[in-house]
Amino acid sequence: MELFDLPLIWAFIIGFGIIMYVLMDGFDLGVGILFPFAPNEEARDTMMNSVAPVWDGNETWLVLGGAGLLAAFPMVYTIFLPALYIGVFLLLAGLIFRGVAFEFRFKARTSRYLWNWAFAGGSTVASFAQGAVVGTYIQGFETANGVYVGGALDWLTPFTVLTGLGMLAGYALLGSTWLIMKTEGRLQAWAYKITLPLLAAVIIVFGIISVWTPFVDDLVRERWFSNLSVIWILPVLTLLCAFQIYRSVRDRYEGMPFVATMGLFITTYLGLVVSRWPYVVPPDYTLWEAASAYESQLFLLLGLLFVIPIVLVYTAWTYWVFRGKVRAGEGYH
Amino acid sequence: MELDPLILSRIQFAFVVSFHAIFPVFTIGLASYIAVLEGLAFKTENPAWIKLSAFWTKVFAVVFGMGVVSGIVMSFQFGTNWSNFAQATANYLGPILSYEVVTAFFLEAAFLGVLLFGRDKVPAGLHLFAAIMVATGTFISSFWILSANSWMQTPAGFELREGVFHVTSWSEAIFNPSFPYRFLHMALASFLTGGFVVAGVSAWYLLLGREVEANRKALSMCLWLLLFIAPAQLVVGDFHGLNTLEHQPTKVAAMEGNWETSRNVPLLLFAIPDQENQRNLYEIGIPSLASMILTHEWDGEVPGLKDVPVEEQPPVAIVFWSFRVMVALGMLMIAFAVAGLFLRAGGRFARNTWFLQGLRFMSIAPFFAVLSGWFVTEVGRAPWLVYGIMSQAESVTPSLTGGMALFTLIGYIVVYAMVFSAGVYYLMRVLYVGLEDRHDEEDHEAERPARPLSAAHVPFEYGEEKRSTPANQGGH
Repeated sequence: MELFDLPLIWAFIIGFGIIMYVLMDGFDLGVGILFPFAPNEEARDTMMNSVAPVWDGNETWLVLGGAGLLAAFPMVYTIFLPALYIGVFLLLAGLIFRGVAFEFRFKARTSRYLWNWAFAGGSTVASFAQGAVVGTYIQGFETANGVYVGGALDWLTPFTVLTGLGMLAGYALLGSTWLIMKTEGRLQAWAYKITLPLLAAVIIVFGIISVWTPFVDDLVRERWFSNLSVIWILPVLTLLCAFQIYRSVRDRYEGMPFVATMGLFITTYLGLVVSRWPYVVPPDYTLWEAASAYESQLFLLLGLLFVIPIVLVYTAWTYWVFRGKVRAGEGYH
Repeated sequence: MELDPLILSRIQFAFVVSFHAIFPVFTIGLASYIAVLEGLAFKTENPAWIKLSAFWTKVFAVVFGMGVVSGIVMSFQFGTNWSNFAQATANYLGPILSYEVVTAFFLEAAFLGVLLFGRDKVPAGLHLFAAIMVATGTFISSFWILSANSWMQTPAGFELREGVFHVTSWSEAIFNPSFPYRFLHMALASFLTGGFVVAGVSAWYLLLGREVEANRKALSMCLWLLLFIAPAQLVVGDFHGLNTLEHQPTKVAAMEGNWETSRNVPLLLFAIPDQENQRNLYEIGIPSLASMILTHEWDGEVPGLKDVPVEEQPPVAIVFWSFRVMVALGMLMIAFAVAGLFLRAGGRFARNTWFLQGLRFMSIAPFFAVLSGWFVTEVGRAPWLVYGIMSQAESVTPSLTGGMALFTLIGYIVVYAMVFSAGVYYLMRVLYVGLEDRHDEEDHEAERPARPLSAAHVPFEYGEEKRSTPANQGGH
């Protein structure tokens, strides 16, 4: 007997996991994207120190998301991954180089520039790949009998390149506003300086994507311009967040730019979700069709109900321990 | 030339798994060793235990870091290269792999920081507790992974509906018929790996005359441990073999190089399996011994490869030879453990140059034994992925082309080669600096940095030690 609509519950869990990952790994990937442009080597030390204690935990959400997707929505897992085959490889290779750079950069002296490149390159490639995943999701997949049947590079279109660039700009913005919050002095001044140009870039790219999306997909067009007019609230909220970033940077607030950037991501994300709901493998499969067996979803859910709160408490505690400004020469040498 | 995505995917998965497997098999054993050292330090307050624990914790940090990085790839490969398999088995494997992430990752995330950085910041009891929890976490992790792997070898607790596995009994599926043997065999392999690495490194330090008291204690401990578990592994391996005989007779036939089902089967010491003509060349064997070992009767019946069609036979030569490498290394390990016992009189085990040099060499033996053991069990089940039910050919991603599979295979080899050389190079640096360097570094650490390697306190380049060690005196 199926008492609960488990696929729906799981859709919320996975959806929550994805936005947690995007927001949390987003800012530390953004720090990596901005790495080569930092004013000096000391600033790079501080930048890395600002994310060193938390990036590993942030990335755990990706592993959890991958395993959770296999458990709850195997069809999403087994269509997205083959369709994005090359992209997944680039994502993983980027994350590996980045993870190793975190470990070795502080140990290295003469070879430090190599680890700088590994960190910046890995972050940039991984971020672009994630943006391309979003673009591919909007584009949809060529499937037959629940299996991906398209080609290896079908995902690589001008549209996905654009969403990839959009993700780079968005993560860089998360990174720069994070640095405003976590640093001071010259590095903070630099972060203030680059935030508004990054915001402009995000608005331009997101704007193009928004205009383009209805042409990419019929369902989105239908939904945007007919039955669900209430979703127009979301783009309005997005613009309000963007304005809030602008104002708080202008007035030199320290925490607000980061909070407003998170708001920008959340509203954009919700906009994407409602545009596609309930299709998780567009254009053919809904979340109920992509779900695993009821008893499997239940078996894992029972465990997660205990573990997820603990993970959240632990995560919050880690951020609490490392609250406040990061200074150069402090921390992990 | 047509590239075959199936073969390339098999090579790729074998490469990634083999590369990854050598790290956890070491960290599982080492984590328990560190917990024991912490326990001894807590009880006796002998500084030698703390010195040893601090040093091996550094090594643990480096190896653990590499294991995590190389492990991320695997959970995505089920989807990229084996999507049909993932789709069919997701009802079982999805929850199992997720439980591994949430139970083991959680314990490790929570307590690794305390173990690596908390010695002077938390009470001694809590530090010991953290060490025990990290060791427990590594076992929980291997519990889930081996359950998943064993289920693919001896599937149970499910029914098939329209080509998809549905779990009917979680307890039967998780504790499937080969799981207890595989788990115990792997746990002992981890202890053997940890034990021989610690013994080998301690032997090396003793040869150099570095920190003799602590390293002598470490070596003595290891030799006691190995004296019991090296033979125990032989017994567990035998039971595991009997279990395999019951559930995967073709795999046993390949291990023995036995083509015809027959009695009085000899134990082959040497042979060149000729799969094309379904026979062996140049056989040298001990009469009836394989029958005796497998059935515990001299004229017991041993299954042959010809019981199944040629296309359902695994690549015999790989299984046959990997099995012999594993057993030979196991015998060598027992020999060293027993030699250690004989050298105990008068403490010769810590002075005998031949013995110490041999132990140095033996520190890499468990890794080869573990890898060849995995080759036996994984290659031996070919062509099945879920034994007897789903073949490798049915499991591969339908849209995957040979070119794509080759591209990522080369890609992973390049990425791993770079990461691995940096990691091994750095591990060598940590070993080279040794136990002596604990208290002469400024402690810059914040309360709980999350990066394992920041626990190692060793610079990446040579020639930057803060204090010269006996091995590089006069360098500064």
